[in-house]
Amino acid sequence: MSPNSMRLSKVFAMTVAVLALGAVTGCHKKSSGIDPNSLGPTNGPTSAAPSATITADPLAIDLGQSVVLNWRTVDATVVTIDGIGQVNANGTQTVSPSNSTNFHLTAKGDGGTVEANVRVTVRVPVAPTVPASSGNLPGDMGSDAEFHKNVQDAFFDYDSYELRPDAQAATSQAAAYFASHPAIKVVIGGYADERGSAEYNLALGENRANAARTALTSAGVAPTRLRVISYGKEKQFCTEENETCWQENRRAQFTLDR
Amino acid sequence: MITPVNGAIDLKVTHCIYHKRGMSRTVLNSTPIFARFTLAVATLLILSTSTAQAQDWFKTETSSGAANIRIAVADFKASSSDTQTVPFKGTFDTTLYSDLANAGIFDIVSKSLAPQSSPGTPAEMNLQQWSAPPASAAMVAFGSLGVQGGRLVANGFLFDVKNTQYPQVLAKQYSEDPSEDSARQIAHRFADEIIFRLGGGIPGIAETKIYYVKIAGGNKEIWEMDYDGANQHAITSLGTVTLSPRISPDNSRLAFSSLGKDGFQIRTYSLLLGRMVNFAGVGGTNLSPAWAPNGKDIAYSSSRSGDPEIWISDINGALARRITTFKGPDVSPVFNPRTGSQIAWISGRTGLPQLYIMDVDGSGVTRMTDGGYATSPSWSPNGQFITFAWNRKYGPGAPGGQDIYVMEVATKKWIQLTHDGGRCDFPSWSPDGRHITYANTADGRADHMRIWTMLADGTQKRALTGTGGDMPNWSWK
Repeated sequence: MSPNSMRLSKVFAMTVAVLALGAVTGCHKKSSGIDPNSLGPTNGPTSAAPSATITADPLAIDLGQSVVLNWRTVDATVVTIDGIGQVNANGTQTVSPSNSTNFHLTAKGDGGTVEANVRVTVRVPVAPTVPASSGNLPGDMGSDAEFHKNVQDAFFDYDSYELRPDAQAATSQAAAYFASHPAIKVVIGGYADERGSAEYNLALGENRANAARTALTSAGVAPTRLRVISYGKEKQFCTEENETCWQENRRAQFTLDR
Repeated sequence: MITPVNGAIDLKVTHCIYHKRGMSRTVLNSTPIFARFTLAVATLLILSTSTAQAQDWFKTETSSGAANIRIAVADFKASSSDTQTVPFKGTFDTTLYSDLANAGIFDIVSKSLAPQSSPGTPAEMNLQQWSAPPASAAMVAFGSLGVQGGRLVANGFLFDVKNTQYPQVLAKQYSEDPSEDSARQIAHRFADEIIFRLGGGIPGIAETKIYYVKIAGGNKEIWEMDYDGANQHAITSLGTVTLSPRISPDNSRLAFSSLGKDGFQIRTYSLLLGRMVNFAGVGGTNLSPAWAPNGKDIAYSSSRSGDPEIWISDINGALARRITTFKGPDVSPVFNPRTGSQIAWISGRTGLPQLYIMDVDGSGVTRMTDGGYATSPSWSPNGQFITFAWNRKYGPGAPGGQDIYVMEVATKKWIQLTHDGGRCDFPSWSPDGRHITYANTADGRADHMRIWTMLADGTQKRALTGTGGDMPNWSWK
């Protein structure tokens, strides 16, 4: 997922939160003196509302691998999962989606309808789009533009050096590109946002760059092709004081090691 | 604040409430040290939940029962008619007054209350004039200064005003090449003599240096200045980002971390030779060196093993051994300067960075802070306290600033020294344990950092540099 769509989904989540907050506040005003139990769905106080959860393990796979869906519902009579159809109230199923999929579960019961979602990310290897003339010759790393078209930086959460799903996708995509371009050597730069201490952020940047390095070596990239340098908050991509900017700066950056 | 009693240091806590509206000030108590502290913390918690208008500050006070010595400084008498005498004497008078005012142990008589006379010799000294109100001095420093025969010569005296029969405490003569800098250094040396005599035998800091990072464009170099901000000049010109200068206990060598082709590496510079000296390079990111008080070891953060850990090597980078083994950032070590057998450092092993201490062999790991975002420890010379930067309400979107705190190691009780002045970082104790230098940026911008000093109770804050000064490190002597 690109930082942009991350941001959009964040905005969406906040909007939902604000709306929910508004709803709660409204409720408070109305409910003074009213038994809170009498609020809620109108179809009789005896039928409890159904509840449902759905999980996937693992949350991210490579193309061709499979993932186990696991769902649990309570007080539901009809349970369906989009793309699978009607299923038992509780169950597991192994699926092998060909691209990233949102598994949407709907549970209907006497007490109402609830939904549950889980997203499975499928890492699709990017076919090398580079013309043969500039791609695989030994000693030729290709142009920077080509490199950055195929290799995305990995971004991190605040004060964290764990690879998020989007960063895992970025590193596996980068690994695939490096596999098809054996001449490429890479510097992994570790960066941190401007908040906090310079010394601590350099150590944190080192952890971030090393997390990306570990992901690449696990995916088969030779460690000798990778060099890690932490820049902490000493070099910044963006210098404004807001979360958008800070997110830009919390990254492991891939550049050609010429 | 701080009064020396047999080399010990007492901190006293005063609990003040500043009501923003109306600015009325209530001092709740001012009794000795940490017994009151728990009460104050409890009061703080109650107040912070009950009213948003009240703002609570902990404030330490000078004096542990005994009043500060009231001292007067007479302008020195010009002892020659050389044209250089007047400007040098001006520098000397200003510097001496400033050194004594900043010492943290005196109640200094302001120049406007002092007699106008300038006694140059003991014979010209009229003690009555200085002991009477409004000066009411207990001690008076005086003397003469002038350029004679190509030398800058100063005679300085310190008299005990109450002891009319044998008033002389100190008599010193100085002779240097005549220069502005000599005038300043003579004043520093004379001030340190006075402070040593009257300050419980703890040497003064007027001759100490502060090493710091000078931000210049995209580069950062190491600079040196006198403790009072005078005489700022460059030490390194490496043309890259150089951070975390730390001066060796004997003032002979600087260690720092500098960005090269393979990332940040520990490098060292000899102040005696005036050039870089070798420190063995290794893989990974190498940061935040710290000198052991014996001058033979350097502790630093190294990620040569793939994860930033605390390592200790000799001062050439050899015989390196790993001290910590825990996933996550470990950085900013500092030795207990009193014992040399403990290290305080910052670790992110449980999430946000926290202050920890351990023995130098890596055993006895103890977490000191209970939350927030803690960085940049500096251990007090007597081993009793650690000062560090702390943002106690740190988190995405959370309010709160990064301020300077002092924690008593034995009890983990702390006091806050800076308030509402923007982001503070990199506190460093002075060798007398009475002062702390630190970096502050009022508007939060990193390139607006400047270096300040304050007394270790948070009073007498003074800026030493303009913007572009960061990461100060006070010399050991």
